[in-house]
Amino acid sequence: MAKRPIPTEFIIDRDENKCISCQACVRMCSNEVHSYDPETNEVLSDSLKCIGCHFCESICPTHAITIKRSQSEFKMNANWSAGVITNIVKQAETGGVLLTGMGSDKKYPIYWDHILLNASQVTNPSIDPLREPMELRTYIGQKPDRIQLKSNKQGKLSLESRLSPQLQLEVPILFSAMSYGSISFNASKSIANAAVQLGTYCNTGEGGLHKDFYQYGSNTIVQIASGRFGVNREYLEAGAAIEIKIGQGAKPGIGGHLPGEKVTAEIGRTRMIPSGTDALSPAPHHDIYSIEDLKQLIFALKESIRYKKPVGVKIAAVHNVAAIASGIVKAGADFISIDGLRGGTGAAPTVIRDNVGIPIELAIASVDQHLRVEGIRNQVSLIAAGGIRCSSDVIKAIALGADAVYIATSALVAMGCNLCQRCFTGKCNWGIATQNPYLTKRLNPEIGQRRLVNLINAWSMEIKEMLGGMGINAIESLRGNREHLRGIALSDTDLKILGIKAVGEM
Amino acid sequence: MGCRLCEIHCITQHSKTKNIIKTYKGEYPKPLPRINVEEKGYVNFALQCRHCEDAPCLETCITGAMYRDDKTGAVLCNENKCVGCWMCIMVCPFGAISRNMEGKKVASKCDLCGEEEIPVCVKHCPNEAIVFKEE
Repeated sequence: MAKRPIPTEFIIDRDENKCISCQACVRMCSNEVHSYDPETNEVLSDSLKCIGCHFCESICPTHAITIKRSQSEFKMNANWSAGVITNIVKQAETGGVLLTGMGSDKKYPIYWDHILLNASQVTNPSIDPLREPMELRTYIGQKPDRIQLKSNKQGKLSLESRLSPQLQLEVPILFSAMSYGSISFNASKSIANAAVQLGTYCNTGEGGLHKDFYQYGSNTIVQIASGRFGVNREYLEAGAAIEIKIGQGAKPGIGGHLPGEKVTAEIGRTRMIPSGTDALSPAPHHDIYSIEDLKQLIFALKESIRYKKPVGVKIAAVHNVAAIASGIVKAGADFISIDGLRGGTGAAPTVIRDNVGIPIELAIASVDQHLRVEGIRNQVSLIAAGGIRCSSDVIKAIALGADAVYIATSALVAMGCNLCQRCFTGKCNWGIATQNPYLTKRLNPEIGQRRLVNLINAWSMEIKEMLGGMGINAIESLRGNREHLRGIALSDTDLKILGIKAVGEM
Repeated sequence: MGCRLCEIHCITQHSKTKNIIKTYKGEYPKPLPRINVEEKGYVNFALQCRHCEDAPCLETCITGAMYRDDKTGAVLCNENKCVGCWMCIMVCPFGAISRNMEGKKVASKCDLCGEEEIPVCVKHCPNEAIVFKEE
């Protein structure tokens, strides 16, 4: 029998002693895993349909449900692992490209976990952030080569050099690009409100700016991607900054595809396309085939907003990222966002997500170093993205040379996401990656906002503690300060690229 | 969001044991939920007594079973006095009172969970869709 079912990934363990047949799980599962049998007054579960999002487990009032990994094991084979076999079965069945969501789950080295931070002992004092001022504020934008001051007759000093437009961040963490369309209205609203409350920025992705979100414009970075969805004069003027998206960490080199079923009337209006039609973003920008072309677009955009706001470029971390970044600086970008291998997505071919790009740790270190060598580091701000999981990742990214970081997966997790990687199905039970009105209601934007604010506040406190420990009282003093990092269990080449010493090295 | 956990916790709160598993597995008859989730398409709405300022059920009650609690201002039903004439159900503009036909016929309605500080439906709503406030 060549035709065989795709093996069960999860087992739904229902404790019959606890199950009260209230059917909350039946009502809530968008994958129709659970069903009620009125004859026996029993709730039944079909594990085969379960995608492991844990919503039923969370909603069950008696905690009767536990989602477990399936016990069905393939014969141990390091080469032909269960995942590899399952993928072959799926493709033999469908003949299609395998799709997935979120960032890569492959076991590539996570360099954050191989970098250790420093702390002050005896020779320099550490700082207690609860008692002494500590600054996390930072600015994104081009910095001048030198500051020139002039004094008037009274001897009062004032600034003579002209400063480029800057984004002021109260915390060095921004919410990364997630379009309205890939995520729900309520999810976008939670993020936008949190950005306003935290004094940071969110990013529209390439989904345009919904008319209800214009009010958050001063805390929004508006993105221009290859599909140019939702781009018009008001859109450009509404944002605090403009970001040209060239690439994305989860799928470098390929475009995007929002299936027509997800393009509701509201999304169609926001993206300026007919509702129900596929929103296809081409792989390249068809007007950018070189750095010179990019320069034209950057300056066309700068002209359009009369040089009042920073214009940046987002690229995926790929092999020659440092040289590419250098070109982007010379093209006049005010900031560069670099999205690493583990960056998330709403939908990407699995093979691309898992095999294309390089980790953000090495990319950011290499770009920072390269720009310093070229003497142009001050002309641009760097935003690191793709796999920032906790406050220590943030602080390590900054010490490796980033000005700030973008987070998205962590933000989604704060709003309920369990990384089931099925964003592309549009059936997100948590009401995040869906446009089904029955499901989107499940994310109360007030709760979403509160949880995002809590997360960033908690991270900020931890960052302050770590900074204080190092004897530093401002996040900007840590940028590119690699003396505060040491690598553990890394090769000489890794250490060289990261620009850090090994543990124990003086 | 239509999970109906408010109904489930309401039933538990008004049971003898106040234990969710015991209520569902051992108690018969189970109490009626005093909150009911109305559904149409993707719209769900949890409906319970609004504890009106000018409550028509108070005026229409023939036995004086329906009364207003002096302390909390909640409209409550004294089930000992209630004779099950259903006049309150007839006049309730929200349809928030239901008939409890198990045993003695009485009107069953939200009592704001009596001694609880916050009603259980509010406390257990996973999406904070039910809000407890005075207007």
